[in-house]
Amino acid sequence: MVTQSVRSARCRAEVIIAATRGVGAMEEEMHTDAKIRAEIGTGCSPRGPGCSLRHFACEQNLLSRPDGSASFLQGDTSVLAGVYGPAEVKVSKEIFNKATLEVILRPKIGLPGVAEKSRERLIRNTCEAVVLGTLHPRTSITVVLQVVSDAGSLLACCLNAACMALVDAGVPMRALFCGVTCALDSDGTLVLDPTSKQEKEARAVLTFALDSVERKLLMSSTKGLYSDSELQQCLAAAQAAAQHVFRFYRESLQRRYSKS
Amino acid sequence: MKETPLSNCERLFLLRAIEEKKRLDGRQTYDYRNIRISFGTDYGCCMVELGKTRVLGQVSCELVSPKLNRATEGILFFNLELSQMAAPAFEPGRQSDLLVKLNRLLERCLRNSKCIDTESLCVVAGEKVWQIRVDLHLLNHDGNIIDAASIAAIVALCHFRRPDVSVQGDEITLYTPEERDPVPLSIHHMPICVSFAFFQQGTYLLVDPNEREERVMDGLLVIAMNKHREICTIQSSGGIMLLKDQVLRCSKIAGVKVAEITELILKALENEQKVRKEGGKFGFAESIANQRITAFKMEKAPIDTSDVEEKAEEIIAEAEPPSEVVSTPVLWTPGTAQIGEGVENSWGDLEDSEKEDDEGGGDEAIILDSIKMDTGVEVSDIGSQDAPIILSDSEEEEMIILEPDKNPKKIRTQTTSAKQEKAPSKKPVKRRKKKRAAN
Repeated sequence: MVTQSVRSARCRAEVIIAATRGVGAMEEEMHTDAKIRAEIGTGCSPRGPGCSLRHFACEQNLLSRPDGSASFLQGDTSVLAGVYGPAEVKVSKEIFNKATLEVILRPKIGLPGVAEKSRERLIRNTCEAVVLGTLHPRTSITVVLQVVSDAGSLLACCLNAACMALVDAGVPMRALFCGVTCALDSDGTLVLDPTSKQEKEARAVLTFALDSVERKLLMSSTKGLYSDSELQQCLAAAQAAAQHVFRFYRESLQRRYSKS
Repeated sequence: MKETPLSNCERLFLLRAIEEKKRLDGRQTYDYRNIRISFGTDYGCCMVELGKTRVLGQVSCELVSPKLNRATEGILFFNLELSQMAAPAFEPGRQSDLLVKLNRLLERCLRNSKCIDTESLCVVAGEKVWQIRVDLHLLNHDGNIIDAASIAAIVALCHFRRPDVSVQGDEITLYTPEERDPVPLSIHHMPICVSFAFFQQGTYLLVDPNEREERVMDGLLVIAMNKHREICTIQSSGGIMLLKDQVLRCSKIAGVKVAEITELILKALENEQKVRKEGGKFGFAESIANQRITAFKMEKAPIDTSDVEEKAEEIIAEAEPPSEVVSTPVLWTPGTAQIGEGVENSWGDLEDSEKEDDEGGGDEAIILDSIKMDTGVEVSDIGSQDAPIILSDSEEEEMIILEPDKNPKKIRTQTTSAKQEKAPSKKPVKRRKKKRAAN
C-alpha cells in the first residue's frame, strides 16, 4: 500500500502540517475530500496539460580514476558522480557485517553547507536501501557528487547520477532507483521536473526516490504546503515519470552492453 | 583511502623509457595532451579536459565593500578544490600540502600578474565593488593539475559576464540579465601555466607530465606566460638544481606552447559566442558526443498524468488510518507545551534503592546461587538493610558497599569469582524504586 510506505518512509519534510488533527478527524476529512471531488468533478488540482520530463542525457565511465562515474543531465541541470568502492575503510568507520556507504555532495560555488549535508543524508539513505552492502563487509563505498549546473530538480538529478555511477562501478544492488521532482503551483497544477523558475514560484516542491522493481517509494523530501490528496497525486505522477526514467536507464545500458 | 604505492618495477620502467625518449602514451618530449574546452549554460562555467585530467571552473560575482587599503579596486578570489572523486587519495584532511601549493601558484599566476583589470570592477569608490570569485574543481587527476586549472580559470574569466550597473549620483542600479545584457570582464592578457617535469637530476625533461610521470619525477618547473612572451610567474619545486640555459630553454618552449594554447582558447570562445548569438543549443548537453557508446540521450518526454487523480482517490479511500494515536499537546504556559507522558526524574533516588523487596532479594539470591554453585556458598536473605549480607564463608576479603547517608553494609565476598563481586555491587544501583507510573 503506497500510503503505508509513505507513512513509514522517513519523510524529511520541511512541511508545515497545516493543522494537527486527531486521527479520527483525519479519516473523516479524507472521506469528505473524496466526496467533494466526486461532486465538483474537476477536483482541487487539475493536471497541467504539458506535464513532461526535460531532455535527458547520460554518459558513463567518463572519468579514469574512480571505479565508476556518470554524468547525468536533465535539461540544463547537470550532476557528475564518481564512485569508489568497495574499497578500504578506516577502522573507526567500518561496520562488521556490511559496507559503509558515504555520500559527498559538492556545490559549484562556495563551500558546502548545511543544505548539502542534508541532501547527502537523503541520498545516502536511498543508496543504503538498495545497495547490497552485506556482500562486502568491512569495506567502504564512496559516492562523490559534483553539481555541474543547477537549473531545477537538483536532488532528483543527483539521485539519477548516483544510480548510474553505482551501476558503472559494478556495485551490487537489489534494484535501480531514480529521482523525480514535482512542483505544485498556487492553483494546484502539477509540474514534473520543474525548472528553477518553476520551483521558485511553486507552492510546494516534492522530490521522490522510487525503486525500479515495483516503483516503491524509497525516499521523499518535500518543501511547502500541500494536502494529502495532492501528495498522493504527486506520488502517482512521479511513478508514471519513473517509468520513463527507468526505460531511459535500460536503453542507455543496452546501448553500452549489447553486442550489436 | 591510502595512495597505492608505485611499484619499483613500474618506476624503473618509466625512468628507463624516459631515458630512451619514450613516453607511455606515445607523445614526444614537448607534446601536450589533447585539450578539450566545453562551456555550460551559465556564463562563466567551463570544463577543461587536458588528456584525462578534468577541471570544472565557475566564475561568480557579488557586490561587496572594498578592502580598506584598496578602495577603488575590485576583489578577486580564487579557490581550487581537489574533489574526492579526482583520486582515491584525496580525502578532506589529507591533501593540504598539494592544495596549498596549487592554490598559491594559481593566485600568483592570475592575481599578481594583473591580468584582470580590478579598477574596472569598482562601482562606487570606497563603498561598492565587484568581488569576482573563481571556483575550480578538479574532477579527475591524471597529472598536471596546474596547467588544466590555469586554463580553466582564464577561460571561465573570459567567458563570464557580470550584470550591468549604472550609477546616478547616489543611486546604484543593478540591471538583471533580462533588462540589460551582461558585460564581460576587462582582461588584459591571458597567462597560462606550462609545467616541465625533470628526471635524473635535470638530465631529462618532459612537458605536461601525466600522473605516472609525476610520481617518478625529481622536480617540477612551472612557467606562467602569456602570448606576448611575458613571464607572469615562475616556480621551481622539488629541489632540483637547474642551469641557467635549461631555464631559458624551458621558457622558449613555454612561449611556443602558450601561443598554441591561447589560440585554441580564443577559437573555443569564439565558437561559443557564435552559437549563443545565433540562438543555437549550447551547454554541456551538446558537448556529450553522440557517437560514444557510453553516452545516451533522450528527448523531452511527455508524461500522461491524466489518471493520477483517480489513482490518488483510490489510494486514499482504501488507506487504513495510522494505528498510533498522536496525543494532543497540552499547553502549560505560553512557550511550554507537553506532548505525551514523561517519565519521573529518577536522579535523586539513590536513597530509595535501599528499600529492597523480599522478592527482589529472593531473585538475586537465586542468581547468586547459580553463580556460586560450585563454591557452595551460603547466601543469606537480604532482608533488612541493617543485617550484614554474608555471601561467602571466606574471611579473606571484605567488600564494603557505600551508600549515601546509610550505614555501610558489610559484604564479604570471595575474590575468585568476579561475577560475585559485580552482582552484589550492582544491587543497590539496580534496586531503584520502581518508576512511578505516569499519571
